[in-house]
Amino acid sequence: MGSWRLYAAVAAGGFRRYATYRAATFAGVFTNTVFGVILVYTYLALWDEKPHLGGYDQAQAVTYVWLGQCLYSTLALQGGGAEKDVIERIRTGEIAVDLYRPADLQLWWLASDLGRSLFQLIGRGVIPFAFGALFFPMALPTDVMSWAALFVSLLLAMIVSFGIRYLAALSVFWLMDGMGIMQAVMITGVFCSGIVFPLNAFPGVLGDIVRALPWAAQLQMPADVLMGETDPLGAYAFQATWAVVLLAAGRLLQSAATRRVVVQGG
Amino acid sequence: MAETSRLGEGVRAYWLIAGMWIRSAMTYRTSFVVTMCGNLLMTGLDFAGILLMFSQVDSLGGWGLPEIAFLYGLSVTAFGIADLVLGSMDVLGSRIRDGSFDILLVRPAPVLAQIGADRFAVRRLGRITQGTVVLVWALASVDVSWSAAKVLLVPVMVVSGAVIFCAVFVAGAAFQIYAQDASEVQNAFTYGGTTLLQYPPSVFGKDFVRGVTFVLPLAFVNWVPASYVLDRPYPLDLPPWAAFAPPLVAVACCALAGFAWRAGLGSYRSTGS
Repeated sequence: MGSWRLYAAVAAGGFRRYATYRAATFAGVFTNTVFGVILVYTYLALWDEKPHLGGYDQAQAVTYVWLGQCLYSTLALQGGGAEKDVIERIRTGEIAVDLYRPADLQLWWLASDLGRSLFQLIGRGVIPFAFGALFFPMALPTDVMSWAALFVSLLLAMIVSFGIRYLAALSVFWLMDGMGIMQAVMITGVFCSGIVFPLNAFPGVLGDIVRALPWAAQLQMPADVLMGETDPLGAYAFQATWAVVLLAAGRLLQSAATRRVVVQGG
Repeated sequence: MAETSRLGEGVRAYWLIAGMWIRSAMTYRTSFVVTMCGNLLMTGLDFAGILLMFSQVDSLGGWGLPEIAFLYGLSVTAFGIADLVLGSMDVLGSRIRDGSFDILLVRPAPVLAQIGADRFAVRRLGRITQGTVVLVWALASVDVSWSAAKVLLVPVMVVSGAVIFCAVFVAGAAFQIYAQDASEVQNAFTYGGTTLLQYPPSVFGKDFVRGVTFVLPLAFVNWVPASYVLDRPYPLDLPPWAAFAPPLVAVACCALAGFAWRAGLGSYRSTGS
């Protein structure tokens, strides 16, 4: 029981750390709103040309855009969460200190990243989403259940997002430099998460592939759950499977990596 | 006379600092090549997004793929040049916060040149390369009866567009002096601006187009002159000569940005910590 209190405290710390940067948060809200407006106009033109693209009507396409802007930094789709700290600590060797802590390394960083995600959702996500709902026609459910279903899906999305980025960060134990892997996280995140274009509307085999990858668990699934386009239980199963696979892989890689630290003599 | 010598001094200081960063980047050649390729791939993603859209439709806002590629190539190349020259401007906020901005103020070189050349990154050539490739493809594919004026207008657009984006960077930097930590607000205008210009004006709401024509004149980077080249109706029914206005707009933007920068610098009171 005591350990849950510890991780809750770590999560609260992650939340507070990001809450400190108020000007940066306001700036982020502004930027996400501007990008949302640009994207909404292009989507409206696109759906004008081809109604029901990807199975969405116009209002659903607009909702998808604003949910994407809302989750952009929440899920660190382009990177820039806990993995940044992990990479820096591996590079400087400070990670050795973390290994001596009476806490699990992976759970520690997961808790910290969940705290960050939660702050970004409230601090940076809600306002662009509300702006979108106010000025553009959106397809929002009116029953509490759909929103509750969204939040479960969001929590799973946060864990999947962390799982991907933690794996990337651990690779620095072998690569020694995080620059290339951060770029890879950014490129795959932007292309495969559906922030540029809904994964439902990707053509042919390419679409089948991206919809099966873990990035689909981040924006596409929560969006479909919110708009009732998919059965929530099926979405949860997809997300949870990837969460378990990624966390287990992270754990394996972590134990291999920490053995490496001991060999080096710290 | 004093103005021109000051400009020369600025350019000289800029090249000295930029040269230092280029040499430091070239020390690790493999790393340089890798980041350059990464940069090329990353900036290529938004064009991949446009290609994805066109895998589902034949036109967007009434414009076909070659025409949109024309807009895209112009916008990205112009922005890429500005980003190469002044893209480090967004570190200004953090320099003000950690106090290192004060050091730049006491050095015997123009602050703008120092800030602009700070962390000069050759890898930013990746964006210019990618934009140019798309632009060349677009020029070969668009269905246009080329005239001398149209051919001449293309390089003029790229240069004026780059200058307009440079002015936006400088104005953003001036704003950062006031706001201290707002590099992301600047991103909304720089990255947001170049994203916006990748799509035809017919996609956007009329008030929105008015805003980016008369308030923040990004429309002159490509929308207005490209409408002339492609024989499209001008956005907002602008007069025909507007297509040739980009150089004038660029000069006006520079004057305004320079004014904002001086005002910002004059009001700077250090962090006090």
